[in-house]
Amino acid sequence: MKKELLTALLASALVSPLAIADAVKQGKELAWSRKKGNCLTCHMVEGGQQTGNSGPPLMSIKARYPDKAALREQIWDPTKRNPLTNMPPFGRNKILTEAEIDQVVEYLYSL
Amino acid sequence: MKKIIGSALAGTLGLSIAFGISAGPVEDQIAFQKYYENRFPDTPTEDFANGVYSILPAAREQWEAIEEFPPYELAIEAGEEFYNKPFANGKSLADCFGADGAVRNQYPKWDSERGMVVTMELAINECLTANGEKPLKYKKGKITEVTAFMSFNSRGQKVDVKIPSDDPRALAAYENGKEHFYTKRGQLNFACADCHLLTAGNLYRADTTSPGFGHGTHWPVFRSKWQSMGTLHRRFGGCHKNIRANPYKAQGEEYRNLEYFVTYMSNGLEFNGPAARK
Repeated sequence: MKKELLTALLASALVSPLAIADAVKQGKELAWSRKKGNCLTCHMVEGGQQTGNSGPPLMSIKARYPDKAALREQIWDPTKRNPLTNMPPFGRNKILTEAEIDQVVEYLYSL
Repeated sequence: MKKIIGSALAGTLGLSIAFGISAGPVEDQIAFQKYYENRFPDTPTEDFANGVYSILPAAREQWEAIEEFPPYELAIEAGEEFYNKPFANGKSLADCFGADGAVRNQYPKWDSERGMVVTMELAINECLTANGEKPLKYKKGKITEVTAFMSFNSRGQKVDVKIPSDDPRALAAYENGKEHFYTKRGQLNFACADCHLLTAGNLYRADTTSPGFGHGTHWPVFRSKWQSMGTLHRRFGGCHKNIRANPYKAQGEEYRNLEYFVTYMSNGLEFNGPAARK
């Protein structure tokens, strides 16, 4: 896990702004897709239709997660912080791939 | 895998502590019902038998309009016909369940001879096979017509599931159902309790999750999404598919025990099936 985090950190430190913009776009698609992230089932997000309210709104993510790695960790396995959470462990249960989680992180960081 | 089991157990444990669930079924039931009464103070207790409509005034109007010309009406009629149709041996379902089949409040029940929970659907099939007839399928079709007829004639009966204290296997079946309800499962890692207890009434996309209090009262159901009738175990399976878990077998031990727990939690409400649901 540590290794994956390190890779993700290194990757985000090295990629160009253009690559980040691309990841944001891909990440949004994943986050909005019902088959993939399906984040809107529980989270309100600007521009999203029929969003749920079981999780907090997706906004001001940078302020809430100054540490990008902590955000990634929260998506990878939110039950570590709160075993009762409703949020699925996207990494641990392989709902998204590691690369897809990176893209979702970039998208969330743009909110 | 170990990790998944670990967190599921931690979750169950956490919930038990959070809701003060300690001693036995009676205490469980009191705490369970109190939780919903506190969460939805505007809902009269008996109204929880109406599922999500007990907490959603906007959807309720639409639902009441549907109930004026109920989509399960034909099922009741077909069920009545099947109920009274003589078997090859001349007997009929009425020989097992009485002239009107109003026995809803006897199920689910603990059968201490066999050491298992018997549901109404199971009892119907056992009546059929004991008389040399073919059993019905458990999720949809003919079984829902028969139970629609029997439930309709049983409307107003109080839910009164019993866990006999002289048979520890009954308590074990209840505990098994309870553990199922509170255990996270599936790729999406949801417990029944996550949507229907902890966040009951919240929005998931455009859908409001129904309170777990009242879940066992109103079956079979004509569900708009199915465009057909279905049994409680059909719904259990659908929920499990939603969270990307493998559904268990309808009328297998797992779902019968879950029904035992869920219906016991609704003790005191009225049976009000069949019903229409979104």
